[in-house]
Amino acid sequence: MSEPIVLQPDETFILNVGPQHPATHGVLRVKMTMDGEFIYDAETVIGYIHRMHEKMAENRTYAQYLPNLSRLDYLSAMAYCHGYVLAVEKAAAIEVPQRAEYIRAITVEMNRISSHLVWFGAFVMDLGGFSPLMYAFDDREQILDLLEAITGSRLTYCYFRFGGLYNDIDDDFIEGTRRFIKRMRKSLKMYHKLVTTNIILMTRLKDIGPVSADMCQRYGATGPVARGSGINYDVRRNEPYSVYPEFDFDIPVYSEGDSFARYKVRMEEMEQSLRIIEQGLDKLPDGPVNPEKKPKTIKLPPGDYYTAVEAGRGSFGIRIVSDGDKSPYRLKLRSPTYSNMHLFDEACRGMLIADALAFMGSLDLVIPEMDR
Amino acid sequence: MSLTLLNVVAAVIIAIAFVAANAAYLVWAERKGAGFIQRRPGPTENGPWGLLQPPVDGIKLMTKQLLIPGGVDKIIFVIAPVLAMFPSIVSFVTIPFSDTIVAHNVNIGLLMIFVFGSMSAMALLMGGWSSRNKYSMISSVRAVSQAVAYEIPMLITAITVVMIAGSLDLMDIVHKQSGGFWHWNIWPFQKGLFNILMPVSFLIFFVCSLAETNRAPFDLGEAESELVAGFHTEYSSMGFGLFFMGEYANIVIGACLTTILFLGGWDCPFGLLPGVWWFIVKIYILIFTFIWIRWTFPRTTIYNLLNLSWKVLIPISLFNLLLTAGLLKVF
Repeated sequence: MSEPIVLQPDETFILNVGPQHPATHGVLRVKMTMDGEFIYDAETVIGYIHRMHEKMAENRTYAQYLPNLSRLDYLSAMAYCHGYVLAVEKAAAIEVPQRAEYIRAITVEMNRISSHLVWFGAFVMDLGGFSPLMYAFDDREQILDLLEAITGSRLTYCYFRFGGLYNDIDDDFIEGTRRFIKRMRKSLKMYHKLVTTNIILMTRLKDIGPVSADMCQRYGATGPVARGSGINYDVRRNEPYSVYPEFDFDIPVYSEGDSFARYKVRMEEMEQSLRIIEQGLDKLPDGPVNPEKKPKTIKLPPGDYYTAVEAGRGSFGIRIVSDGDKSPYRLKLRSPTYSNMHLFDEACRGMLIADALAFMGSLDLVIPEMDR
Repeated sequence: MSLTLLNVVAAVIIAIAFVAANAAYLVWAERKGAGFIQRRPGPTENGPWGLLQPPVDGIKLMTKQLLIPGGVDKIIFVIAPVLAMFPSIVSFVTIPFSDTIVAHNVNIGLLMIFVFGSMSAMALLMGGWSSRNKYSMISSVRAVSQAVAYEIPMLITAITVVMIAGSLDLMDIVHKQSGGFWHWNIWPFQKGLFNILMPVSFLIFFVCSLAETNRAPFDLGEAESELVAGFHTEYSSMGFGLFFMGEYANIVIGACLTTILFLGGWDCPFGLLPGVWWFIVKIYILIFTFIWIRWTFPRTTIYNLLNLSWKVLIPISLFNLLLTAGLLKVF
């Protein structure tokens, strides 16, 4: 005879979702106290892929730490590198040529689209629809090919240098990107037809996983999660950096706070990123992509520096405390997923397990970025 | 007597072969179909167009170890996959492919198929219960409530057809629909009756057979993004293989039944080919629709599913039953 599954005194049982579970997309573990199919309580357990990226910074030079940044959020690595080079450039007062800044913005936005495409595919797969993943990856492949041609890597880019770029872009890239913009606009239309207007998807997302603006502020959630809850905050607009003030783009904000609002925010962000890329290509100035003069070894003057950028998942902040040495005294990364994820414990109480995992998908978690 | 017995044995063997071949090649068709829908080639490595993929998969499954985890109820754990496969084979014996090609016609064939069809829910419950895995447990409870919810509208719709035909014999049901495709039960104008709701009941029956066979968008039993693999999480080797084949065998039966009840069975619309080919064409069109739906729609949740059954499908099918009964009385 089999031993029955033991219930706790209050007739709940513990369900371990993860660290190896198809819906957590990585090694996140959620310890759920279940009452039948309803979640009574949940506790996220992180740390399964911790690699001490912050500590690593303390015994490397600033330049040596560059590749680490793209190992945090492997889906939108460009934005993280961008944040780091901006922080160091600001502290060391390195001039960046205008052309380099434009190319940075273009590649970051392309990377944002590819990151959102992975989210889109994986999210719909969480809901049980498999085909959109394949379409999304097909489109993403075009971005990866373009970025591979200029950066040399497909996922963990190390393209930005202090003061400039690894190399310049060529006409093939510009032409290919323009072709991609056309293709992507068409694809987005198809996604809306195939997925957004699907009745099953709507019933599964509307009014599911409501996150209030207050809750977002308490947990420090940023990015599409906060914008789906009516908080009009985007680092690109609120604390402008790089050449973003020169672009004309909208920040999509929805106040419903449910999974569908977050879905719509990300879908519209892709369109806005396409607009930014298009304007960037039109306005792209000529000139060098690296400064003529730049110190060989970078040493930051003693002090405390903070820079934030808008990464694919929200506001990514980097704080460098320098004591004037070749490597930082302390480097602290503020990763958006870490804050966004902690909503889950509170928000998923009382949800069905199916809805909770859909809600988790709508938060767009990238576990290596959370654990660092 | 002995000749009949011999006939039945031969028929069962043919049915097993048919079911197994269908199950194996439907997996191939599903993968090719998914590939077609997702703009990729699907299986290509083994044989031309990957046609040798099913036997290779079969060999792989058979040579793997059947792992029985500690703490499970061994007897039920082993019986469950067999029970998932067995009823569908028996059901095949009564399904007429044409006037002459039928293994063993029984005059309560429809009832028999429903009886054996509901046994598959039992198999899922046994598999999920005995696995002693929380995901399997949730999945099997879901599967049972789903089976209960969807068998009711399915049966009511079937009763509507039975009332029109006046028989539970599948042969009679098909014969009643003969003489031009406008006499099929899917259309509102059958012989001596005008029932506007018949296309709706075809849809209800089709949706119910999707749900009965645990196919997307109603694949809550094995919702892989929520419950890992549902009731067959703990199964390996042919234990898993039998569950898998049982699912595809159930799809074939669902398609056969829909064809017989609503699409005129082997009745040919143009009189080109012999009837049995039309029967096969019709079931494979339905099966392709199953595959098409699976790769297009996301999954629903259990509460939406139960609401759809109890609040929409059952009332409509009950109303249709009353309407048909009234019309039969009047005409």
